[in-house]
Amino acid sequence: MKVTLQNLTKKYPSRNKKQPQDVIAVNDFTFEIPDGQLIGLLGPSGCGKSTTLNLLSGLQKPTSGRIFFGDDDVTDLPAENRGVGLVFQNYALYPHLTVKQNITFPLENRKGKDKLTKAQMAQMALDAAKLVQIETLMDRKPSELSGGQQQRVAIARALVKMPRILLLDEPLSNLDARLRLQTREEIRRIQRSTGITTIFVTHDQEEAMSISDLIVVMKDGVVQQIGKPQEVYDSPVNLFVAKFLGTPPINVFDGQVKDGKLFIGSEAVLEVPGVTGQPVTAAVRPEGFTLSESGALTCRLSGVEVMGRDISVISTHPDSQNAAIRSIISAENQVDPASAMVRFDLKPNKVFLFRKDTEARIRF
Amino acid sequence: MEKNNRKGWLYLLPAAVFLGFFLVYPLIDVFIYSFEEGYNFASQTYFGVGTYNYSYVLHDPYFLQALKNTFILVIITVPVSTGIALLISVGLSSIQKLRDLYQTVYFLPYVTNTLAVGLVFMILFKQTPYTDGLANFVLSWFGAGPVDFIGGPYWAKMFVLCFYTVWVVMPFKILILTGALASVDQTYYNAAKVDGTSKLRIFTKITLPMISPTLFYLIITGFIGAFKAYSDAVALFGTDLNSAEMNTIVGYIYDMLYGNSGGYPSYASAAAILLFTIVLTITCINLLVSRKHVHY
Amino acid sequence: MNYEKIEKAAARRKRLLRIVTYTLLTFWAIMVLFPFYWMVLTSVKSYGAYNSEWIPQLYTLAPTLQNYTDAFTAVPLAGYFTNTILFTVATTAIMLVVTVLAAFAFSRLTFRGRDLVFTLFLSLMMIPNELVVITNFVTITNMDLRNTFTGLILPSVTSVFYIYLLKENFAQIPDELYYAAKVDGTSDLKYLLKVMIPICKPTIITITILKVIECWNSYVWPRLITDDQAYFLVSNGIQEIRENGFGRENIPAMMAAVCVISAPLIVLFLVFRKKIMAGVSRGGMKG
Repeated sequence: MKVTLQNLTKKYPSRNKKQPQDVIAVNDFTFEIPDGQLIGLLGPSGCGKSTTLNLLSGLQKPTSGRIFFGDDDVTDLPAENRGVGLVFQNYALYPHLTVKQNITFPLENRKGKDKLTKAQMAQMALDAAKLVQIETLMDRKPSELSGGQQQRVAIARALVKMPRILLLDEPLSNLDARLRLQTREEIRRIQRSTGITTIFVTHDQEEAMSISDLIVVMKDGVVQQIGKPQEVYDSPVNLFVAKFLGTPPINVFDGQVKDGKLFIGSEAVLEVPGVTGQPVTAAVRPEGFTLSESGALTCRLSGVEVMGRDISVISTHPDSQNAAIRSIISAENQVDPASAMVRFDLKPNKVFLFRKDTEARIRF
Repeated sequence: MEKNNRKGWLYLLPAAVFLGFFLVYPLIDVFIYSFEEGYNFASQTYFGVGTYNYSYVLHDPYFLQALKNTFILVIITVPVSTGIALLISVGLSSIQKLRDLYQTVYFLPYVTNTLAVGLVFMILFKQTPYTDGLANFVLSWFGAGPVDFIGGPYWAKMFVLCFYTVWVVMPFKILILTGALASVDQTYYNAAKVDGTSKLRIFTKITLPMISPTLFYLIITGFIGAFKAYSDAVALFGTDLNSAEMNTIVGYIYDMLYGNSGGYPSYASAAAILLFTIVLTITCINLLVSRKHVHY
Repeated sequence: MNYEKIEKAAARRKRLLRIVTYTLLTFWAIMVLFPFYWMVLTSVKSYGAYNSEWIPQLYTLAPTLQNYTDAFTAVPLAGYFTNTILFTVATTAIMLVVTVLAAFAFSRLTFRGRDLVFTLFLSLMMIPNELVVITNFVTITNMDLRNTFTGLILPSVTSVFYIYLLKENFAQIPDELYYAAKVDGTSDLKYLLKVMIPICKPTIITITILKVIECWNSYVWPRLITDDQAYFLVSNGIQEIRENGFGRENIPAMMAAVCVISAPLIVLFLVFRKKIMAGVSRGGMKG
C-alpha cells in the first residue's frame, strides 16, 4: 500500500502561559511512501516522529493536511477503521491474556460478514506466530516472556489482521544490545516476507540506517531529508543531518573559504572550486582522513585506539568544534603514539561545507 | 545498645497501653462474656459457663429480624452501589471538562455527618399530616399513590434504607474506582483502538480485567461495611429500630448493651461474635471467588 | 468501503456517547447535591410557610434566618458544638502524639522483637470496632467515666492504620540522615521533632484531617457513653433534636441545626479537597 502525506501539520495548544503560541509537533510534512518499503523515521526525541506515527495510525488527528492510504483519503477515519498494525514501544501486551489470546484479540473484533470462526482465528494466529517464531509460547502470559519474546508477540498481534500498513514505535529501545541486533534483522526479514509497507520510528541512527529502504530525518517537526540511507549519509543537506548520522560522529571545524580553497586555521586543507569566499562550517567524516607525512591538516595527537581491522586516531585541533577529532584509518598505517603531531590529507567526497548562518550545505 | 532498647519500648509505650487496654483485652473479653451465662451487669456475677447466650440470641425474634434486614441490605446495596459507582467512574474518566467539579461534588457525602443528612432524607421521604413529602410528590407524576416511606410498609422502609446506604457509600467507591481506571496504561486502549475494538469490548475485555483487583477489594470491603450498617438506619428511623422493624445486627448489639432494652453484655457479645463469624465466612468466600477471577 | 459514511457514523456515535455520559454524570451530581439544597432551602423557610406547603416548593421567595436563631436558643446547639470541638481537638491531638511516637519506634529505633511486634500490631487492624466496644463500654462504666470527656476520648485515641501509614512514610527517610544527626550528637527526640516530622508533614496533615472528620461524625461511642445532654456531641445532638427537640414538627429549625452542624466539615473539605481525597484513597474507610 502506497502512503501519501500531504502538508501534514499537527499543532498543540501551548500549556505554558508565558509562551502562548502553539507547539508545532509536525510542520508541513509532504511525502509519498512507496508500496512495500521499510521506512525509518529518524530524529532526536521531541522531533515529531512519534506524533507522525500517531497521525498515521489515527490515534491523533492532524491540524491540517491529508493522509492517503493508496488512493483513499483516511485523514478523518477513526483509528478503529484504518486497519493499521501498530507495535508500541512498551509492546502494550494485555497482561491478563495469554500470547494466543493477545494475538487473536484483533481478529475477534470483526463483525458482520467479516466475522471469523474459532478455527480460522486459531489458524491465522498460528501463522502469525510462526512468522515471528513464537509458536511454542502460545499458552504463556506476557509476564512469563523475555523482552525479545514480548516484542515478537506484539509484532504478531499487529500482523495477524493483515494490516494495510505496519507501524513500529521505537521497536528496539527496550531490548538489550545483543537482542537489538538480532531483532532488527528479524524486522527486516518479516517485512520482506510480508511485503507490508512498514514505518518505524527510532532515535538510533544506526538502527535506521541498517535496515531501512528509506530514512526520513526530522528535527523540531520539520523533515530535514528523505532518501536511501547511504545517500543521506554521503550527501547530507545540512549540518544537522550530517551530525545526526554516523558513528563515530562527524568531525566539525570552523573554517574559511578563500580563493577556492578551504582553510582550517592557517592551513589550506582542500580545493573547493566554485565556492565564494566566506566563513564556513566544515564537517569531515571519520573515514575522510588519510595519514600523510606532508598532510595539509596538522593536529595534536592525543591517542590511538586499535580496533583490529582499523585504528582510530584521536587528536585535537583549536578550530575543531568537537572536543576530540576521531579519524578511522586502515590498520596498515602506523602511528607512533608518542609523536606530538599528526598530519592528515582529506578525501574531498567525505568533506561537507555548510553555511555559517543557515547551516545549509554548500556544494562544490 | 541496652539503653537504646529501653528507649525504643518507651516510645511505643503509649500506643501499646491504649491498644492493649481498648483493643486486645476487649477482644479476649468479648469471647469470655459470650460464654458466661446469666451475667448480671450490676453485681458482675454469673451462674455458669455455656452456650446459652448464643441460643438465646438465635431464638430472639428481634435478632432474626435484624439478621434478615442486614442480609437484604447487603445483597441489594453492595451490587447496586458497586455497579453505579463503576458506571459513573467510567463516565468520569472519559471526560475532561468539568471533571474536577463532578469529582468534588461526588465526594461530598463522605465528609458529611451521616445522621445529619439522614434527617434530610427522612424529611424528603416522610409522609406527615401536612404534606406527603417530596418523594411522594415525584411519585405522583407517575401516577403512583402516596407511600409512607418512613413509617409505612416494610419494603418502602427497606427501599429508603438501601437508597440512603448507597448514597452514603458512593463517594468512597467512585474515588477508588476512578483512581484504578486512571492507573490503566493508556497504550492498552490505543492498542485496542488501532485493532478496531468496539468501546464495549474494550470495557469488558481490557478495562474490567485490569481493574478487577480493585473491584474485588471494593466488593469485599462493601460486604464488610454493609454487614456493619447501623447509623444509616438510626438516621432514618430513629433510635428505636426494633419497633420500626428496621434494626440491623449491629443495632441489635448496641440495643442489648444500652438503652431501654440494654444491660445484657453477654447477649451483645454473643451477637457480635455471630456477626463476625458471618462476616469472616463471607469474606473468605469472596477471597476464594476472587482468586479464581482476578488474573494477577 | 464508504469512508464518508464510516466517518460520519463514528462522529455521531461519539457525540451521542458524550451526551449520555454528561447526562448520567449530571444526574448523579443532582442526586448528591439535592439533599444539601433541600437542607439549606428548608432551613430558610419560615415555620408557617413550610407547614402550609402541601406540595413542597423548590424555592422560597421569603427567606428567613429565624430558624437559625431558634436552633441556637431552643436547643443547646452551641453546647453540642463546643463539646464536639473539644472532643475533636483533644482526641486528634492525643492521637497524633501517640501515633508519631509509635511510628517512630517502629521505623527508626532498633529494639529486640521489633519486627514481631509490628506484625502482631498490623494484625490488630483486622479487629472490628463492634467486637471491642462491648467490653470498652463495661470498662468505662465501671471506671465511672460515663458522661465525662475522658471516657469519650480515651478509647478513640489510637488507630493502627494511621500508625502504619506514618511508619511507612518515616521509613522512606534515608538512614544517612539519622546517622548524620547521631554523629552531630542529636538526641532521638530532637531528631524526630526537627527532621522526621517536618519531612513527613503531608502525611501528618492527612492523618489529622481524616481523624477530624472521623471525630466530627462519630456517633456510636458517644451515644453509648453519654446520656447527659451536657456531654452530647453533634451527632447525638441531632438525634436528640429529632426525637425531643423543637417539638417534632418544627422541621425548618431542625434543618437549620443540621446546616450548622454540616458546614464546618464541608468548608474543611473544600479547602483541603486534594489532600482529603488522596488520604481517603490511600486506604481510609468510613467509620
